Amino acid sequence: MREELDATAAAAAPRPGRSQRAALVLSRSWLFVFLILLVGFFWLSTPSGTFLTRSNLTQIGLSTSEVVLLAIGETFVIVTAGIDLSIGGILFLAGVCGGEVMLHVSGTSTQVIAGQYPHAALGITLGVIVCVLTGAVCGLGNGIAITKLRLPPFIVTLGTLGITFGLGEVIDGGSYLPAPVPTGLSQGFGAGKFLGLFYPIWVALAFLLVAHIVFTYARFGRYTRAVGSNAEGTRRAGIAVDRHIIKVYTLAGLLAGVAAVVDLAIYTNTTAISHRGDNLNAISAVVLGGTSLFGGVGSILMSAVGAFVPTVLQNGLVIKNVQPFWQEVVVGATIIFAVYLDQLRRRRTESG
Amino acid sequence: MTTMSTTGAPLLEARGIQKHFGHVVALASANFELAPDEVHAIVGDNGAGKSTLIKIVSGVYHADGGELLLDGKPITISNPREARQLGIETVYQDLALADHLDAAANLFLGREEYLPGLLGRLGFLDRKTMRRRAEEEMRRLKIGIKSVDQAVVNLSGGQRQAVAVARAIAWGRRIVIMDEPTAALGVRESSMVLELIKEVRSHGLSIIMISHNLPEVFAVADRITVLRLGRTIRTLRTSETTLEAVVGMMTGAVGVAA
Repeated sequence: MREELDATAAAAAPRPGRSQRAALVLSRSWLFVFLILLVGFFWLSTPSGTFLTRSNLTQIGLSTSEVVLLAIGETFVIVTAGIDLSIGGILFLAGVCGGEVMLHVSGTSTQVIAGQYPHAALGITLGVIVCVLTGAVCGLGNGIAITKLRLPPFIVTLGTLGITFGLGEVIDGGSYLPAPVPTGLSQGFGAGKFLGLFYPIWVALAFLLVAHIVFTYARFGRYTRAVGSNAEGTRRAGIAVDRHIIKVYTLAGLLAGVAAVVDLAIYTNTTAISHRGDNLNAISAVVLGGTSLFGGVGSILMSAVGAFVPTVLQNGLVIKNVQPFWQEVVVGATIIFAVYLDQLRRRRTESG
Repeated sequence: MTTMSTTGAPLLEARGIQKHFGHVVALASANFELAPDEVHAIVGDNGAGKSTLIKIVSGVYHADGGELLLDGKPITISNPREARQLGIETVYQDLALADHLDAAANLFLGREEYLPGLLGRLGFLDRKTMRRRAEEEMRRLKIGIKSVDQAVVNLSGGQRQAVAVARAIAWGRRIVIMDEPTAALGVRESSMVLELIKEVRSHGLSIIMISHNLPEVFAVADRITVLRLGRTIRTLRTSETTLEAVVGMMTGAVGVAA
């Protein structure tokens, strides 16, 4: 009987079709090919000694670190079959709140405008905490609205995007922070290096490693994939699905708060206009990395690879002296192509 | 089909179960007794109340009247988790599998094993142990899947059903409820699942099964309870009745409430 059942099973098992396997390989490797082509294009089309230099590459790594932090949280969200359109806004609001606290605590307004920060250490500490907390609270709000009010993530986070950008502008009067953040943060951390890499890059790498391990080996990652695969089934298996979804959105918000710290450290100040593209960059990083918008499957590490597409484009176009706005055009077009590939792969799997 | 001994105290008993949805009476008076080591089919036309009855047993719905007894003692089951704690597992018609997880992960979904020590307390999974135990379970039930670490989305319908059934059997200590276990399957796959049902009984579990497919019911069930319009018409021993008689009772052409 054993053999009989085995035979039945073997006969019934779908063999992974050649086209299906090709689609899988393609969907994993096209990103690398695309990145190599992009780098090659900029290398050949810019004056030598400008693009493919050590200092420019570390510069690209620096701006990528911020996108990676956003993309990690977005990957978890998208794997639950959700979407977070608000992380760009959360990053901005967290930066404004944290930055204001940093400046207020570091010294009087005359002092900080004169570039003096007598209580910089305390100011930076509190400011960092406020950044991270603001992010986490915004994410928590997203999660609660999505699960308890039963609203689509797309609408909730779009609303939060408006709220966070608006609030940030209200707080800083539609302009910049009154002064740059204390030099301890910008010079010491943002422009500081360890083993040849800027500190923010190390921070992003550390979060990346931990997030990858948690996503792959821990209960949190497994439940994230289960929820995205079959939320109702996961609920029936006795797992607190709503609570898990709230945690995932809170994580995305928290990481946007961490990205806000990195952002303040790199750019010393913040303004709404400079964060307009953050959402697009982060979501395209995730989607280019092969994480499915339908939920259930994804890769944190591939999202980090995907994060280089928007930053390499940005950097290369600036060096080529092309209007950097083209970056948004290209990233936008690429994300549509990536989602098309995802659909294609899904259809193949289903019909296979 | 051999007849099993069904004498002695019933394992589970439903007495006069009632359930209304607004003005609609889904169950007027449903009665049935599940014996130990028995495959008990519940049959009936659409709207007879089969699904409602098993959802009450599995904790998805609450009965408006009547009582449930396990081992002769009255029980209340207010949610699926409580049903599971009593040793009652359900295989839902839509399987409730997480498609992108592998068979082992699905088998342990919500009941994961953790690594020993600090790592385990941090939520790190003991994938090796879960994998090994999933393989053992599949072997015990004679379920042939090439590998338990293949995403279930890549399995055939019958294999997916087998994984869902294996999960219920692995954790069910007393009763496994199956809602239309072969509805979505082809002929060969159906026979694989029916073999599995027979296999389960030999592991000392009782099965309540809902099916539209009477030939299948006659192939595996020891007894059949016929529901019509929310009432139990009769419980019959499969070996002592015919398909025609059961159809007659389902449609109301034969027999009145016993």
